[in-house]
Amino acid sequence: MIVRIMGEGQFDVPDDAVDALNVLDAEVEAAVETGDDMAFATAFSQLLERVRSHGVRVADDALVDSALVLPPSDSTAADVERLLGDEGLIPG
Amino acid sequence: MKRMGLIFRSKATRALDRAEDPRETLDYSYTKQRELLVKVRRGVADVATSRKRVELQMTQLQQQGDKLHGQAQQALGAGREDLAREALTRRSGLQQQILDLQTQHAALQAEEEKLTLASQRLQAKVEAFRTKKETIKASYTAAEAQTKIGEAFSGISEEMSDVGLAVERAEDKTAQMQARAGAVDELLASGALDDVTAAPNSDIDRELASISAGSDVDNELAALKAELPSGERQAIEGGTGPAAAPASRDGAEQPEVRPDQDPPPTRGGTP
Repeated sequence: MIVRIMGEGQFDVPDDAVDALNVLDAEVEAAVETGDDMAFATAFSQLLERVRSHGVRVADDALVDSALVLPPSDSTAADVERLLGDEGLIPG
Repeated sequence: MKRMGLIFRSKATRALDRAEDPRETLDYSYTKQRELLVKVRRGVADVATSRKRVELQMTQLQQQGDKLHGQAQQALGAGREDLAREALTRRSGLQQQILDLQTQHAALQAEEEKLTLASQRLQAKVEAFRTKKETIKASYTAAEAQTKIGEAFSGISEEMSDVGLAVERAEDKTAQMQARAGAVDELLASGALDDVTAAPNSDIDRELASISAGSDVDNELAALKAELPSGERQAIEGGTGPAAAPASRDGAEQPEVRPDQDPPPTRGGTP
């Protein structure tokens, strides 16, 4: 599954790593909802790190759509909350 | 697959639905891609300019800090601990400014690297798109074009959104930092940084200058006296000169004599 981390590029993440991503994503979502910046920073950086470490970088000249898109690594909980409410993050 | 809260689903482009001739969409998109590529490269250059400006400011502040350190040494040498303390206090204010600039510098450097990589990725994708575009146009039949064009767009519009956002963010950050850099430049130009923590009415530069000017005058006077013929020197130095000189000469000769005189008694004592 191709996952994009915005500002970093695309990673090909094996399907069996996706469950672990789901767990981390739930933590991130919870932290965003409660506005807990510390918990957010920890869970979010773990989520990105898992994508980077389990995924294989997609070649620069490959033209493929991502199944999933993650916000940039320096996003804050507030940034993400805003993005979550905004359907058109990646405009068609 | 389970819905992910944070992770967004990518949407494929629908731009080609609007075009009369899908091939025009390919060319239009390619033009947009090239424009974005130019924009990203300009972004990289802007960030680099800001980084260099911060580097220059760090050098200037460092030089000012070194100068204050030298002044503190000079003041201590002149027995003015109060001035030395003031110079060092000002210097510690500068050190804080330098630390702030170092943080900014690191952020700009990271931004520059990120944008450079984004520019490389986009360039590779634009090149791949161009190849696909030419292939599609060469073997064009309406039926197969629709599917092929759809494929050609995959990845590129997503990359463009990502890079476009990255450039915007970099521009925002650079603008903020330029505002701060402008403030530091003004401070440097006004000389206000010299006075960050100092008492308003004391001027280390001026006091040290008067101290060193004073000792320079003394040194020059001494040198001029030394150059005078001995008769005139005696006249200037008054009665103390002639009397003091022979006395000190005698005192200097005596120790030189003693080592020669000392051995004989020792030899005489041993037999």
